[in-house]
Amino acid sequence: MARSQIILIVVVLVSLGVSLGSGRIDPYFLDVIIGIGINIILAVSLNLINGYTGQFSLGHAGFMAVGAYTAAMITLNVSSPWMFIPALFVGGIFAAVTGLIVGIPSLRLKGDYLAIVTLGFGEIIRVVLQNMEFVGAALGLRGIPSYTTFFWTFGLAALCTYIVVCLVNSTYGRGFLAVRDDEIAAESMGINTTKYKVTAFVIGAFWAGIAGGLYAHFKQFITPEGFNFMRSFEIVVMVILGGMGRTAGVIAAAIILTILPEVLREVAEYRMIIYSLLLIILMLTRPQGIFAWERKRKPTLSA
Amino acid sequence: MTEFLQQLINGLALGAIYALIALGYTMVYGVLRFINFAHGDVFMLGAFSGYYLARIFPQESFLGAAGVFAGSMLICAIIGIIIERFAYRPLRDRPKLTVLITAIGVSLLIEYTGQHEKVFGAAPRTFPNLVPDTNFVIAGVSVNSDQILVLVVAVILMIGLQLIVLKTKIGTAMRALSFNAQAAALMGININVVISFTFGLGSALAAAGGILYAMNYTSIDPLMGILPGLKAFVAAVLGGIGNIPGAALGGLIMGVVETFTAGYISSAYRDAVAFSILILILIFKPSGLLGKTQVEKV
Amino acid sequence: MNGTPLLQLDKCTIRFGGLTAVSNLDLQIGDNELVGLIGPNGAGKTTVFNLITGVYKPTEGNITFAGGSLVGKKPYQITSHGIARTFQNIRLFSSLSVFDNVRVGFYLHLRHGIIHALLRGKAFFKEEKEIEQQIMDLLDIFNLGKFRDVPAKSLPYGDQRRLEIVRALATKPKLLCLDEPAAGMNPTEKVELMKLIRFIEDKFKISILLVEHDMKVVMGICRKVAVLDYGVKIAQGTPEEVQKNPKVIEAYLGEDHVPKD
Ligand SMILES: Nc1ncnc2c1ncn2[C@@H]1O[C@H](COP(=O)(O)OP(=O)(O)OP(=O)(O)O)[C@@H](O)[C@H]1O
Ligand SMILES: [Mg+2]
Repeated sequence: MARSQIILIVVVLVSLGVSLGSGRIDPYFLDVIIGIGINIILAVSLNLINGYTGQFSLGHAGFMAVGAYTAAMITLNVSSPWMFIPALFVGGIFAAVTGLIVGIPSLRLKGDYLAIVTLGFGEIIRVVLQNMEFVGAALGLRGIPSYTTFFWTFGLAALCTYIVVCLVNSTYGRGFLAVRDDEIAAESMGINTTKYKVTAFVIGAFWAGIAGGLYAHFKQFITPEGFNFMRSFEIVVMVILGGMGRTAGVIAAAIILTILPEVLREVAEYRMIIYSLLLIILMLTRPQGIFAWERKRKPTLSA
Repeated sequence: MTEFLQQLINGLALGAIYALIALGYTMVYGVLRFINFAHGDVFMLGAFSGYYLARIFPQESFLGAAGVFAGSMLICAIIGIIIERFAYRPLRDRPKLTVLITAIGVSLLIEYTGQHEKVFGAAPRTFPNLVPDTNFVIAGVSVNSDQILVLVVAVILMIGLQLIVLKTKIGTAMRALSFNAQAAALMGININVVISFTFGLGSALAAAGGILYAMNYTSIDPLMGILPGLKAFVAAVLGGIGNIPGAALGGLIMGVVETFTAGYISSAYRDAVAFSILILILIFKPSGLLGKTQVEKV
Repeated sequence: MNGTPLLQLDKCTIRFGGLTAVSNLDLQIGDNELVGLIGPNGAGKTTVFNLITGVYKPTEGNITFAGGSLVGKKPYQITSHGIARTFQNIRLFSSLSVFDNVRVGFYLHLRHGIIHALLRGKAFFKEEKEIEQQIMDLLDIFNLGKFRDVPAKSLPYGDQRRLEIVRALATKPKLLCLDEPAAGMNPTEKVELMKLIRFIEDKFKISILLVEHDMKVVMGICRKVAVLDYGVKIAQGTPEEVQKNPKVIEAYLGEDHVPKD
């Protein structure tokens, strides 16, 4: 068995173990930890789109919303713990289809333009949800069963990370990085850049949908407003501060940036001011990410 | 028909405000090739400066109003220059995405600082009457003095801008910079000065837009810049980003389309329509109505 | 050459607005043939490459390769038919290592796709191992093996040019298009490069279309040369023939230099 698969299984088993003993963990603490797991899925999946494929998407919360609403509608109608995973999966698929619909027309655009269009799509998803009576319109959905556990959160976070890491660390997957570095050169290598970009969008959106489903069954209450532009932006910040295209850094950033607001609760009224100030300072001083140290040069570079 | 004309007037007045904000986006994009996300917040600061300045200047008088406009435009010009100097200039050679994120950070900083109770506070405030309020009814269509003021001020400022860009030395330098930054630098143009000037000019226009918006909608709050900012950005893209007449045209179209959507379809979709326009234009004619298509040379 | 040539441009024209960058161009390249394409600045040489590789679509005319038309095909499809290229302004994957730059070129020959990358079974590792071996062989042939893990952007300039050629070869092309590979090289490097191009032709048994500014390089290695000026082919033949052609001398040096008889 490949090393990556062994790591995956170990993480899943540890999650199961922790989950079984989670009754003994302080509930507030457990809440923060599950929030971390969900953010890891969001950040790692967005990193495939933004970091590895270089397609700047600012609409991840929109995909998350699709997954959250779909999964919640299923479990609200067929209330059984056995429906949880199928519901998450269907939510992921719906989100992936949305990713496809958003991805195909958007991918003719680059850089800031793509960012703005994905932002626009994310906002449209939100406005549409706000106007759909059968999903509660602006009031959202309440009373969603509490199915999200430590095990499912971290098991799925591990699976998501496994998929992204294995994907980019293969000859097939180097195509994502090639698209990021130079599209014209990538095409000249026989790479269908559109297909790669859409693949990244679809996989990324699928996992955002899964994260949305976990979130809905964790908070038990969702509103369209909870998936606004700020939510997308928070995930982007995790990816950027983690160092675009470095999965380990992105996971670390997801952890830190989930804990940070909790720590700043002490200074509640200045919380967001400090957050935005920190963000600006970090972008000015460490634009490659907080964890990006110059990699040691291989001694072979003689010339 | 009266209904239609009424909507059109309302739409044009709103569109003129969008146009003023859009000009700032377009000018900055022209010289720096990046979207200044904090521009909508400068618009908000313009409205708040106007709010405080209105206490100093005589109320309900045209001279007083002129003072409020001038003061607020000056304040915002300085703020715009400071933002560029400290947040964007250090990142000039960095990937555009870094700058975009920083700009969003600046935007959040302004919004959250504004919401703090020791600054403006989150609650909306009523904007004072700057000019005497009168309503004219012409053939069943009602036009109030604020709407007329919006159109007049917008036209004056746009003509002024056009004169600056076309007739002055610094305006020529701006055009040179947006045409080819490297060549402009080689020609001895001081890029930093031109960029500062561009930010100042764009922010001043946004400030005027902010006051006009506040006069028409009478209520101001620290988050008021977000949506008009986004819509004005759409207007800039619609007209062809980097293109000054395009921004004006795009602003007017956006204002009219939004007003018609709210009037004839549903006001619930007035914000979504802006994004739909944006997506359609970017997909079908990314260079905008008046912009030129560019092909990447290989 | 007998039968249909490998690549055939048939009355190709492309206009950009009012500018006719390439006009009514006919060009043939046979199997295992090394053809030079020369011409002054702005003559339309790079544009010919862009037409062949599908970056631009001809306004008029047809391009056939190994019997099939290329017109309207996307660049990645054309590469999969067996045409690879380098760029006048180097376009490496700058943040990727030298190894990964070449690895991307193997994408077309992958037997196992995305599912295998995720399942990581025996077949996956076997194929990756094979690819690694082939990459290292290629890199070693071109003396780049020692740079294996160095990011492409930190390579010396000459090595970047060579890496671009290696990367193109990794797609296993039948026709390799080189756009000014000697640009920015010093005379010794140029001599090395000429040897290298000859070597590629012999070793890989492929056809090469070489755009070059430096007459000496082209004349030294090509047996057939076509000359473009303002998008029009003004001469074609062996290097000796072309060099004597008054139209060519005029295009390169101006009218005064044409010998009067
Ligand atoms: N995308 C484009 N849009 C407009 N004009 C173009 C485009 N691509 C090329 N041209 C024009 O076509 C002409 C031929 O350009 P091309 O790059 O093919 O010349 P070249 O022979 O490769 O020159 P050089 O030796 O300088 O590389 C030039 O006048 C160039 O400006
Ligand atoms: Mg060229």
